[in-house]
Amino acid sequence: MAKGDRGAPARGKEVAGEPAPDFVQLLTPDGERIDKSVGADGVEYTIDLTDEEYRGLYRDLVVIRRLDAEATALQRQGELGIWASLLGQEAAQVGSGRALRPQDMAFPTYREHGVLYCRGIDPILPLSLYRGVDQGAWDPAEFKVNMYTIVIGAQTLHATGYAMGITKDGKVGGDDGEAVICYFGDGATSQGDVNEAFIWSSVFHAPIVFFCQNNQYAISEPIEKQTRIPLYRRADGFGFPGLRVDGNDVLATYAVTRTALDNARHGQGPTLIEAYTYRMGAHTTTDDPTRYRVASEVEEWQARDPIARVRAFVEKQQIADAAFIAEVDEQAKQEALQLRERVLAMPDPHPLTLFDHVYPNGSPVVDAQRERYAEYLDSFEGSAH
Amino acid sequence: MAEKLTIGKALNAGLRRALEQDPKVLIMGEDVGKLGGVFRITDGLQKDFGEDRVIDTPLAESGIIGTAVGLAIRGYRPVCEIQFDGFVYPAYDQIVSQVAKMHFRSQGKVKVPMVIRIPFGGGIGAVEHHSESPEAYFAHTAGLKVVACSSPQDAYTMIQQAIASDDPIVFLEPKRRYHEKGEVDTEATYPLHASRRVRPGTDATVLAYGPMVRTALDAATAAQEDGRDLEVFDLRTLSPLDLEPVFESVRRTGRCVIVHEAPSNVGLGAEIAARITEECFYSLEAPVLRVTGFDTPYPAARLEEDYLPDLDRVLDAVDRTFGW
Repeated sequence: MAKGDRGAPARGKEVAGEPAPDFVQLLTPDGERIDKSVGADGVEYTIDLTDEEYRGLYRDLVVIRRLDAEATALQRQGELGIWASLLGQEAAQVGSGRALRPQDMAFPTYREHGVLYCRGIDPILPLSLYRGVDQGAWDPAEFKVNMYTIVIGAQTLHATGYAMGITKDGKVGGDDGEAVICYFGDGATSQGDVNEAFIWSSVFHAPIVFFCQNNQYAISEPIEKQTRIPLYRRADGFGFPGLRVDGNDVLATYAVTRTALDNARHGQGPTLIEAYTYRMGAHTTTDDPTRYRVASEVEEWQARDPIARVRAFVEKQQIADAAFIAEVDEQAKQEALQLRERVLAMPDPHPLTLFDHVYPNGSPVVDAQRERYAEYLDSFEGSAH
Repeated sequence: MAEKLTIGKALNAGLRRALEQDPKVLIMGEDVGKLGGVFRITDGLQKDFGEDRVIDTPLAESGIIGTAVGLAIRGYRPVCEIQFDGFVYPAYDQIVSQVAKMHFRSQGKVKVPMVIRIPFGGGIGAVEHHSESPEAYFAHTAGLKVVACSSPQDAYTMIQQAIASDDPIVFLEPKRRYHEKGEVDTEATYPLHASRRVRPGTDATVLAYGPMVRTALDAATAAQEDGRDLEVFDLRTLSPLDLEPVFESVRRTGRCVIVHEAPSNVGLGAEIAARITEECFYSLEAPVLRVTGFDTPYPAARLEEDYLPDLDRVLDAVDRTFGW
């Protein structure tokens, strides 16, 4: 890719892999800072972080990528049943995740490992889901991140309802107001639930930010199978602002998400953010992306890597030195090592726990089945149950 | 305090009391506000409790249930009205994949205490999709509880119990019986998930729920003239089923007939018959029989009298159990 290229080809049609015009960008793929960038919503975005904050974003990006690579390796070695890699989407997740204020609530898909990390959730917790030990183990109320949702788009309605609850609780209208961020992908925008969530949010003026990571592919289907217009423009038809951000630019993603969340908490209603990014890896470890996309496209996106540009920026600006870069690498390595050890040490759940938590108030039918199955297990000689 | 109310008015009074007693209770659905619902079950509630608590929603059932899930996570107790049985299917994914599984998935950390009210069953001369009995779909789904009321007393009491429960509950209302009147004791207390013997008898056991309870009772009255004394149960709770009292009855009578409007194939009756066979095998004088809607789509209104179980079809089944 040519030097100085923002990665913005001609407007017109949606084509997977090609970056689009009209996006907010504050850091070019070469690591050059852009002072101000006007979004499709007409708002001028800028960002002014401390050196410490820039270093913090770099640290997040590197650690998250390293943990993700470790999880992929663990799956290849048979220690996880499946893994949904976030490779390539680190900036979209860190930029948005760090833009959340403590009182905000996030509703993820099943790929938001980076957002979870930013919210302080132990990375072992999403891994227990992918190992098949449980179906999600963190406490949504404690971390203000709801459970992973695997049915595509279903969480957008939950997020919308939660945001309606914020309004009912009178928690909008000030700096201490609460807001919701709802994650979903380009494929999800075709789901009825997502469109219903847009309608509900608009009609009820809910304090919510719809954060769409357009990573160009819904498993194998490119974006042109989902839409004829840029996704962010869908917001127009629902009656709230939409804009596109360079999802590989952590600074721009942070800036637009922070603004949208603050607008929501102040009572200005929903925003749709389309984070334009690329899924560098497979959809999940069961997928083979070479069947549906060409290597040259992946290489083009490699040149727009979300981490390389931040490293170029912090080095050029002398925000970080070689010792810092090395220290972050070492931290990432150590965290990955610990994660590996803890995954390997994770015990299988007791068989009878499968009967737990079916109902808050229990059920005599489930209780009877539990009892009968326990007796069955006990009937085996030497049974430990 | 006791007063005479229709099932519809009793539901309205129960909802009103739930709204009064817990500020977190919300009512949401299509036309539930100014109109008071197409059956007027929420009549006057928006006027008294405001648009924030009695919410006219956009016309999308998945949206109603999905946003109710989010409100429940936030701490509210939404009561969703699905306008007619046949319109619940756009919300099916949210109900079976989200509402039912949230507590299990989160290992008990997330509760979604919501009630999904569905006027169900036929007999009102309606067009297609307005007369269905979808209870088996929901009773088949772990994580949901399913109940059906059949009287004004239960309508009043059960709706409040369902709202107060932390379990997600599908609440089935016998729409063709909305106008039937009965005594309601507003202070009555009894368990939600319990079947009830509504007529004692000695010769055969008849099981029904929702709109078919009246049909079964009428059949028992008619059978009396033939010298047969039928015991009738209102099952009330379809998931979990409460069958211990039924087993006790069948062990005495040796004969059992199950009545529901829903088609027979893989319906509630099949599960109940299997359980009775397991528990009462040596007491049975005849196979457990089912009187149900047919395994056809619900027919046009001019044929629904043929489709729906009625007094004569119930008595015919009783006769067959004696003829075995």
